Amino acid sequence: MSKQTSSDGALSRIRELFEGPNTLGNSTPFWIAFIVAVVALAAYPQVTDPYTALQTSRYFALAFLAISLSFVWGYCGVLSFGQVAFFGVSAYTFGVIGINFASMTGATAALVGAVAVGTLAAAILGYFMFYGGVRDVYVTIMTLVVALVLNTFMGQTAGSEWAIGTARLGGFNGMTNIPNLTVGVGEFGIVFQTIGFYYAALFGLVGTYLGLRVLLNSSFGMTMVAVREDEERTTMFGYNVPFVKLSVFTIGGGLAALGGVFYASWGNYVDPSVFSIAFAALPVVWVSIGGRESLLGAIGATLLIERMRTGLSSGIGPVGPEWALVIVGGLLLGVILFMPAGIAPTLNDLKDTLLERSGRSPASTPPEDSVK
Amino acid sequence: MFDTVAMPLQSSLDSLGALFFQFLNSFGFIVLATVGLAIIFGMMGVINLAHGEFILIGVYGTALPYHAGLPLPIAMVVGVLVTTVFGIIVERTIVRHFYDRLLDSMVATWGLSLIVAQLLLIVFGSSLDSISTPLGNVSYGPFSSSIYRSILLPIIAVLVLAGLYVLFTRTEFGIKARATIKDPETARAMGIDTDRMYVITFAIGSGLAGLTGALSAPSLGSITPNRGGTFLVEAFVAVVVGGPSVIVGTLSAAGVLSVFNATGSFFVDTFFGQMLMLSVAIVALRLLPEGITGFVESWRQRRRAEE
Repeated sequence: MSKQTSSDGALSRIRELFEGPNTLGNSTPFWIAFIVAVVALAAYPQVTDPYTALQTSRYFALAFLAISLSFVWGYCGVLSFGQVAFFGVSAYTFGVIGINFASMTGATAALVGAVAVGTLAAAILGYFMFYGGVRDVYVTIMTLVVALVLNTFMGQTAGSEWAIGTARLGGFNGMTNIPNLTVGVGEFGIVFQTIGFYYAALFGLVGTYLGLRVLLNSSFGMTMVAVREDEERTTMFGYNVPFVKLSVFTIGGGLAALGGVFYASWGNYVDPSVFSIAFAALPVVWVSIGGRESLLGAIGATLLIERMRTGLSSGIGPVGPEWALVIVGGLLLGVILFMPAGIAPTLNDLKDTLLERSGRSPASTPPEDSVK
Repeated sequence: MFDTVAMPLQSSLDSLGALFFQFLNSFGFIVLATVGLAIIFGMMGVINLAHGEFILIGVYGTALPYHAGLPLPIAMVVGVLVTTVFGIIVERTIVRHFYDRLLDSMVATWGLSLIVAQLLLIVFGSSLDSISTPLGNVSYGPFSSSIYRSILLPIIAVLVLAGLYVLFTRTEFGIKARATIKDPETARAMGIDTDRMYVITFAIGSGLAGLTGALSAPSLGSITPNRGGTFLVEAFVAVVVGGPSVIVGTLSAAGVLSVFNATGSFFVDTFFGQMLMLSVAIVALRLLPEGITGFVESWRQRRRAEE
C-alpha cells in the first residue's frame, strides 16, 4: 500500500483488494494511520527496555488467537470457545518435533508441522460439527469441551511414560526446552530471539491482517458474511453452508495454530493451562471488547488488555494483581451490555455520525487505530 | 472426583454392586449439577456460563455458616437462599438484557463467572476447610460406598426432577411459565406478567444451583474457588446431550453419561471415566445434534406425518 492519495491506476487496484464493506477502515486517513502505527510498533523496541519489548512480542503471539476468533465468530457467526485448543495443540506439536529433531532443519520442520497439525485438528473437529448439523450454542459448547478434555488429558501426563521420542509432555509442569523460532535448512537460517522474535511476530501479524482483509473482501468473504447473517437463505441461494463454515473454521484453526508456535517458542515452554477455562476466556474477552467484526479492533484490544494485565501483575496502588481478572471480567460485562458490537465498530459508527453532522471534514484519526 | 476404590474382581456380585453404586453416585451428581442450568436453558433459552459459580456460591453459602457453628441442614438452607437471592439480582441487572441474544448471553455470563470466582478467591482466600461427609459408608465384600453420595444424593436428584415435573405441568405457575416461553407476546396479551415469569424461572434455576452447591459442600473435599469448572463441564455436556426438554432430557442424558462414567471409572480409573464420558458426549452430539429429546421429538413428528 501507499499513503499517496493519487488516483494512480495500479495503486488503486491494489488498494481495492483490501477494501470493501466487510472491513472497517477503508479511507486514506485510515491507511496513513495504519502505516504510522506499524512503523511506531516497529520502532518501539528501539526506544523501550528489552523486558517491555519481550512482553509486547508475547502479546503479538496472543493476538493471533484474537484475530482467528474475530475471523470465525465476527465474520461467520461461529462462536468458538476452543480456539485455544488449536493454539495449544500446535504449541505442543512444535515442542515435540523441535525437541526430537534438535537442529535448524528440525525447528523449521516443527514450525510447519505444528501449524499443519493445528489446522488439521480444526478441520477434523469442524467436519465433525458442521457436517453433523451441530449449530449455534452447541458448537460453542463442543469446542469448549474439547479444550477442557485436552486440559484434563495434558494435566495427567506427568509420568515418564508420557513422552513422544525424547520430548516429555510433563503434566501440569509443562513441556520445557522448546526450541526458538527458526527458519532455515542445514547450517543456514535465522533463529528469531528477543528483538528478532519481536519483528517476526509483528510482521507475521501485519501480514496475516492484510491477508485476511483481502480474503474478507473477496467473494468468499461475502459468502461468509451471508452465512453469518442468514444460513437458510444462503443455503437457498445454492451455497454449501457446511463447506463454507468448515473452510472458515479450518483457516481460523490455522491462524490459532500459528499463534501457538509463536507462543511456545517465545517462552520455550508450554503447559496445560493453555487449554484451561481461564485462558479460553481470554480470546472471547479481547474480541468482544475490541469488536468482533473488526480484526484490528480485536488485535488492539489484545495488546491493550494484555498490557494492562502485565501492569496489574505487580499491582497498582491498592489494586493488587488478584484484581486483574475481576477488571477483565467487568470490562467484558460492561462492553457486552452497553456496546454489544465492541469498541472499534461503535467508535466507527460514532465517527460516521459526527462526519455527517459536521458536513464532511475528515476525521483526523480513524477509530481502528487503538494500537499502542 | 469420586473415589470408590477399584480392586481386582474378586466376587462378581460384589463388583456388580460396586459398579451400580458408582453409577448412582455419578448419576446423582450429574442430575444435580445439570438441573439448574437445564431449567434456565430449556425455559428461557439463556445459557448461563456462570452456572458453576452459582453452585459455588451455594457451596460457600453453606460452608461459611457451618464453620460459624450452624448445624449442617440449616447451613444448607442458608446456601440455597443466598444463591437464589444472588440469581434474582443477576437476572434483574444482567440476564434480562440478553433474552433474545443467545451468544451474547454466554459471553456476558462468562464475564460474570470470572468476576465471581476471582472475588471468592480475594475475599475468602484460596480454600475453606472441608466439611466431613455425613452418614458414613455402606460396605459389601471388599467394597464400600458413601451412603450420602451413592444413595441420598441420587434419591434427592430424582425427587427434584419429579418436583419440577409437577411444578411445570400441574400448577398454574408452570402453565404460565411455559406459555411465556412458547410465545411471550400472546402470553402478555392473555394478561400474564412475563417479566415476573422470567424472574421466577431464573430464581428457580439459581435456587437449584444453590441446592446443588449446598448438597455438594460436604462431599467436595477441599472447597476452592476454582471448583465451579468441575460442575460446569458435567452440566454443559448433560444439557446438550439431553436436548431441549428439561426433565426427560436431564434424566436421559444423566443416565447415559453416568453409565459410561461409572464403567470407565470402575474398570480403569476416574480420569478414564471422565474422558470416556466426554468422548461419548461429543460422539452423541455428532449423531444427535438436537440432543436425545430433540431426536425423539423429531422422530415422533416424522411418524405423525407419515400417518
